[in-house]
Amino acid sequence: MKPRTLLLIAYIVLSLLPIYWMVNMSFKSNAEILSSFTILPQHFTWSNYQTILTDSSWYSGYINSLIYVSINTVISVSVALPAAYAFSRYTFIGDKHLFFWLLTNRMTPPAVFLLPFFQLYTTVGLMDTHLAVALAHLVFNVPLAVWILEGFMSGVAREIDETAYIDGYSFPRFFVTIFLPLIRAGVGVAAFFCFMFSWVELLLARTLTSVHAKPIVATMTRTVSAAGMDWATLAAAGVLTLIPGAIVIWFVRNHIARGFAMGRV
Amino acid sequence: MNKPTNQKAWLLVLPVVVCVAFSSILPLMTVVNYSVQDIISPERRVFVGTEWFASVMRDGELHAALGRQIVFSLCVLAIEIPLGIALALSMPAAGRRASAALVAVALPLLIPWNVVGTIWQIFCRTDIGLLGSAVASLGLEYSYTGDARQAWLTVLLMDVWHWTPLVALLSYAGLRAVPDAYYQAARIDGASRFAVFRYIQLPKIRGVLMIAVLLRFMDSFMIYTEPFVLTGGGPGNATTFLSQYLTQKAVGQFDLGPAAAFSLIYFLIIMLLCFILYNWMQRVGTSGRTDP
Repeated sequence: MKPRTLLLIAYIVLSLLPIYWMVNMSFKSNAEILSSFTILPQHFTWSNYQTILTDSSWYSGYINSLIYVSINTVISVSVALPAAYAFSRYTFIGDKHLFFWLLTNRMTPPAVFLLPFFQLYTTVGLMDTHLAVALAHLVFNVPLAVWILEGFMSGVAREIDETAYIDGYSFPRFFVTIFLPLIRAGVGVAAFFCFMFSWVELLLARTLTSVHAKPIVATMTRTVSAAGMDWATLAAAGVLTLIPGAIVIWFVRNHIARGFAMGRV
Repeated sequence: MNKPTNQKAWLLVLPVVVCVAFSSILPLMTVVNYSVQDIISPERRVFVGTEWFASVMRDGELHAALGRQIVFSLCVLAIEIPLGIALALSMPAAGRRASAALVAVALPLLIPWNVVGTIWQIFCRTDIGLLGSAVASLGLEYSYTGDARQAWLTVLLMDVWHWTPLVALLSYAGLRAVPDAYYQAARIDGASRFAVFRYIQLPKIRGVLMIAVLLRFMDSFMIYTEPFVLTGGGPGNATTFLSQYLTQKAVGQFDLGPAAAFSLIYFLIIMLLCFILYNWMQRVGTSGRTDP
């Protein structure tokens, strides 16, 4: 076997170990987790998953998270597409400054912006809605989406645009029928990253919601009770948080893997 | 190579500006507002000018946290970027094995940050955790809650585990964009494996690599949830990074003014360092392009 493949396999095995440990814990009882070290569950149980899937305060967290993450991903990618095209194709007044300003939004430490966010969303009456979290997450996802898409778009030769315009394509028609298929890979990657960063973010999501839009990440912080941590339920919930992201990456994998090789370049 | 000038491009950018400005400029102005006031109660506020900034700049604990933070971020970059590129290079180009490798590599990214901390908390315990007991069975004294250096290394290891996939995925997507013709030409020229990497692959993934480097830099500079859950910043202050120190001030002691001044300085530091990194990578990349 080639050394490169060995490196990959070794890395994947090592990186799956913590996840394996979580899966392992999710099939144990709390008593077993805390009492002894076991590679496999001695008393295999589904009860942790049963708790989550039957208790609406648990599973509604997943639904809420999925709703705001989807809204966020759709808005992020759709506003980022035209902007990334502008940045990659044209020079205009303030373009470099604007681009760097967008990036700076990705650099704002969330901790102290919590209170201003809270006040802002209370003022506009969006508190505890899915939209509030989706909008707040735009701050870090839109710059990222613009950035990734701009990188992919700059890899497409500009002659393609020019030829299309000479052939009489209007901008929207060119963009949707010719250009989008060429940067599929970029759209897939951008959507995946928006989904991921919104899915795993905790501070903003927890601050802007209380009941109706409470995300799963916030639900999981309440497992600390008087009896100590509810490790088993937490592990099961953690395993379930992996599933939507894994599905998304399964869908975009071909876009990532094909790159531009399949396009018209 | 120059791009045509077209002011109508602003129309394409406008939606992004509106979306981001709503959730960014307004809160930022609020923070600026706090940073120059002493808020005694919601009704009573006193304008204090730059006093908070001056006191924050003199704060010795802040200097220590900043030092720890810079060392941590540099270590993160030094490990994750080469490792991520190596992984991307070793992943199969297509087929079912490529898909499986992609999903397997990406999994750590999809775990919510507080859960990451929680898993590692158990995972590293010497009595009931896999890593902890493995290290302990080697005869090493291991405790991420007791020993400052080990706590620091554990946080670093956790970050490498958590975020190397990001670098790998971006590099992988960039590598797939290299047309086969380039590799064929290189093969005809008898280029070595390293030459192919240095003169074909690296310049082609420069763009995505820059995204990866900057993202990892800023995110590691703002790291909060994972070490907070794992070590709580301890033992002592060993793993108290800037974000956590800031939150202690803002939420713990409820010093809004100093915390706001702190976060503005914090923000400026990140921005400055990113600006330097961005320009440096831009320059290195373009000078590399003139190579044969």
